This record gives sequence, C-alpha cells and structure tokens, in this order.
Amino acid sequence: MSETSTPSPSRDTTDTGPASGRVGDRVFLGISRGAALTILAILAGVAIFLTAEGIPGITASPDEVKSGESFPSFVLPLVFGTLWSATLALVIAVPLAVAVALFVTYYVPRRLGQALGYVIDLLAAVPSVVFGLWGMRVLAGQLVGPYEWLERTLGFLPFFAGPASATGRTILTAAVVLAVMILPIVTAIAREVFRQTPVLLEEAALALGATRWEMIRTVVLPHGRSGMIGGAMLGLGRALGETMAVAMVLSASGVITLDLISSTNPSTIPANIALQFNEASGLTVNALIASGLVLFVITFAVNFAARAVVNRRKEFSGAHA
Amino acid sequence: MSMRSVLRDSVPTPVPTPAVTAAGGGSRRPAIGIDVEDLDIYYGDVQAVRGVTLAIPAQSVTAVIGPSGCGKSTFLRSLNRMHEVAPGARVDGTVRVDGRDLYAAGVDPVLVRREIGMVFQRPNPFPTMSIRDNVLAGVRLNGGRLKKDAAEAVVERSLRGANLWDEVKDRLNRPGAGLSGGQQQRLCIARAIAVEPQVLLMDEPCSALDPISTSAIEDLIGQLKSEYTIVIVTHNMQQAARVSDETAFFNLAGVGEPGQLVESGATTKIFSNPDNPSTEAYITGRFG
Repeated sequence: MSETSTPSPSRDTTDTGPASGRVGDRVFLGISRGAALTILAILAGVAIFLTAEGIPGITASPDEVKSGESFPSFVLPLVFGTLWSATLALVIAVPLAVAVALFVTYYVPRRLGQALGYVIDLLAAVPSVVFGLWGMRVLAGQLVGPYEWLERTLGFLPFFAGPASATGRTILTAAVVLAVMILPIVTAIAREVFRQTPVLLEEAALALGATRWEMIRTVVLPHGRSGMIGGAMLGLGRALGETMAVAMVLSASGVITLDLISSTNPSTIPANIALQFNEASGLTVNALIASGLVLFVITFAVNFAARAVVNRRKEFSGAHA
Repeated sequence: MSMRSVLRDSVPTPVPTPAVTAAGGGSRRPAIGIDVEDLDIYYGDVQAVRGVTLAIPAQSVTAVIGPSGCGKSTFLRSLNRMHEVAPGARVDGTVRVDGRDLYAAGVDPVLVRREIGMVFQRPNPFPTMSIRDNVLAGVRLNGGRLKKDAAEAVVERSLRGANLWDEVKDRLNRPGAGLSGGQQQRLCIARAIAVEPQVLLMDEPCSALDPISTSAIEDLIGQLKSEYTIVIVTHNMQQAARVSDETAFFNLAGVGEPGQLVESGATTKIFSNPDNPSTEAYITGRFG
C-alpha cells in the first residue's frame, strides 16, 4: 500500500502507471465494484432478515404456533418434501435435457435444431401459475391411471406402495411439473456446453473411426460434464424454490414418505409458506420465515456441493485443451 | 497427366519400396498404397479440388506441398473421408485403397477411418483421458474390451512406436493434456497407430511445434514408413525434402479456381529438376 501512495518520478513519466489517470477506467471500476457490492449487500440483507425474524419461530414452544409442533418436527417433513420433489424433478429432467440438447446439436440439420431450441426456450417463458393449472387440471387426471398400474405391478417397491391417489395430485405429479419447468434452463446450458466442444477433439474421435454416438461419448459428454452439472444445479435451484406450481398441484399432508403415488404427500418449504402465510399470525409467521431460512441454507449447501463436484477432477476437465 | 510414370521412375529410399499394386489386396501387412483417380472435391457448390490423379506408393512417405488454400488439406481429408464432417462436402472420382474404392456405395466412412489413421495440425489428445486411455481410445472404439495385460501391451507398443514410451512410462495415469506440445503430438501418433491402420495421414503435424519437437516427429516419420503408408501435408518445404520419398505439388488453377495437382514424383526430382515452372518457382521460394 505504501508503495503506491509514494510518488515515484520514474512512474509518472510512463503510460504504464495505474489506471487512476484515466477517467473512463475509474468510472468503470466504480460501477462494477458497486454492482458487486450491491449483490453482497442484498444477500446479506436477506440473510439478516431471515435470521432475525426466524429465530423467534425456531425457539417458539409448540403451543404458540399453529402447527402445534416444535420447530424441528414442523420443518423436517418440509425439508424432506423440498429435497425429494426437487431430486425427482432432476432425475426426470436432466437425462431428457441432455438427450434433447444432443439431438438438437448433433442429430438434426442446423436450422431445424435452432428452431427446436427456440421452442424449448419458450417453455421458460410460461408463467409458473400456468404450469400449476396444467398440472392440477390436466396432468394429474391423466396420471391417475398410470399410478394405479404402478401400484399393481411395482407395488412391492416402497415408491409405489400406494394406495394410488384418486386425484393424481401426488408428489410425483408435482415433480413432473417441476421437471417440465426446469427443462428449458438445463437444456439451454447443455446445448451451449455441447456447442463449445472443440472441433479438433470431435475430429480426433471421428478420425479414429468413432460413430457419432461414440464421438459424443468419448469427447462431448466428458467435455461438457462440468457444464451439465452446473446446468443441473441451476435447475435444482429453481426446483427447490418453485412455489406456485407445487402449491397448486400437490395435495400435501406433512408426512415423510417415499411413496410417490399416494394421496398423503410431504409439502415443500416454499409451497407451505405460500399456502400458510395469509392466515398466519404471531409466532407462526416467524416459524414460516425460519423455514425460509432453512431453504436458504439448503440452497447455499447445494451450490457449494456442485462447485466441489465440478472442481474435483479439474486436471481432466479439458480446461487447458 | 504423367505423374504415374514419374512415380515409378526412381525411388530414392535406401529401403526398396515394393510397388504393391492395388489388385494385390488381401494381406494386412505390408502396408498398401493408395490410388486416386480423377478426384473432384466440393463444399456445397464450391469446388475445392479438381481432377487429382495420383498413385501413392506403399511403405513410403508422400509429401503434399503447395501454397495456402490450394486444397492440400482437403485432399488429405478426402483420403479417409474426414472432409465429409463438413456439411455439404462431397466427392467425385475414386480413391482405391487395397483395390477397394472408399467412395463406392455402401462403404461406411466410419470403417474407412478405422483403417486409415490421421494426425492433425494441432495436437488433440482427449483432455478428459489419461495418457493410457488416450492410446487405447481407438482400440476401444474398434473392438470393445481388452484384457488388462493385452491393453498394457498395446499401450507400450504404441508409445514405443511413437518414441514416447521412455518419457511417459512412469505417468501413464496422468492427463494427456499435461504433456508438452511435441509429446502431445507423439501421443496422438501413438493413438493413431494403436489400431494398426494401413495408412497414416498427417495434416501439417509439426506446424504447432518447436524445432526440437519437429525433429523428433520427423525422425519418427522416418521409422514409421517401414510399416505404414504415410501421406503428410506440410507447409515447410525443407520438411518435405527431409522426410518424404515422393512429393506432390498442389496449386490453384487461378484466382477463384479450385486447387489441382500440378506435378508429382520422386522428392529428389521435384526438388532438383521439376517439370513444371510453377513447381520450381514455389520450391525456390519465388512465390507461395
């Protein structure tokens, strides 16, 4: 620090000095630094609000809140439901998104691929309320039959133990709706990543006598691995936080169960907040905010985990190819 | 075009190169030559190369030289059907390897590429794979699973064949991308010869390398020609003179016209006493 503040005559005569001399650079530095600090400030503000308002809810005794339970037993089914529905959505959406991205990038003529890409991107523009309506009114009814079939044929698995819901408004239906909602973002990122596969590597594989699928397996998928994980995490983030669609589709009853097709389903944190908040008062509000804090922490943890996965095999990531 | 007779004129290599005729076919070794007849190459509506007729002898090094944009690389890539990777690319004419036309109906380009290896301008080892897996990549594509010791044997043979074994034998599990540029290029050669192709195509394999690495690759080319038919595209005429037995000179027919083969023959002849004045002009550095 002291060195930069000491006037050094030899420096002053050259152009290579610090950017301080140029107004444009200083303005840009100020703007970008301000933008970065604003994000941190907003994040800190949200964290402080959630903590300050949430702590009374966490410490409240069971008879002071509407649910009549202690905070852990109130929030645990919600945490489970949130993670469970988001995981199911990822399991459905990621393979589909990768397949769509590969198809669009490698298997159709460029023009058609672009058109398909736009259509998929349009899915992202549909409001979540619309997805909720569709899931509740159309999809749920359609899935009643398949759920009954699943119960009959695969009922020995805990996932399909049943009894199958008569309305179809189960956690699996919610997960399917969530999967449709996160499909565009995951697909868009997978497409972008696949498009950036170096031509040199694609040709290396083809010149060794790889078929198109073998080329994809040898070069494209490994190269796109960290990008696909990043896309999946963005999708997971959206699935974890999605409120309206889940609130509308799911008939929730605050249990922890692996059963995907029964009429008793765990709710999710955001859906529960949306459904309960209007009628809540006093410490119940604080308990709901505290559940929001839990979601905040989960989202953070998911992001850090994703980063760790991406960095784990950096040497082999192709970053220096 | 009289290059055929020129080709048969004199063979300056110490090792006599048997002029294996295309009709001879059948045996896997020794390597076999390539017969190109009246080859036209197009990208969409644009013709890139016109009317190439050239006999590439077996177990020798044939250099393809010429100014930028004259279709050398396009021609090379048509020899293993790699140019088809570009949309709209197509070919008229025949390319016979071992008597079979690569462009006959029903020939699968994937199988062609398994028989004819290729080394590219810039080293392109698979960055997500270790050195060992890079060498085995083609083998795994071609024939499925190898027993562990068979795989080790292939790795050692190929890396020794590419003069790389001593430098990497202690770190076969390290990423291939961690090697120097010259080592990466030799790794790519090891990857290409691991599948025992009949022909090895090299597209300016040294253009991204320093002189020492270049010299290592050139030595390697000299050794490989006893087993493979090698076609090398190069911008560097000294390199063509050093490594090749035969030379083919490509040039543009005119501004905006497709590239064509001007002259081909024994390297010693092309570099000392070419028939065509434009060949002489290019080789002596008066253009290009």
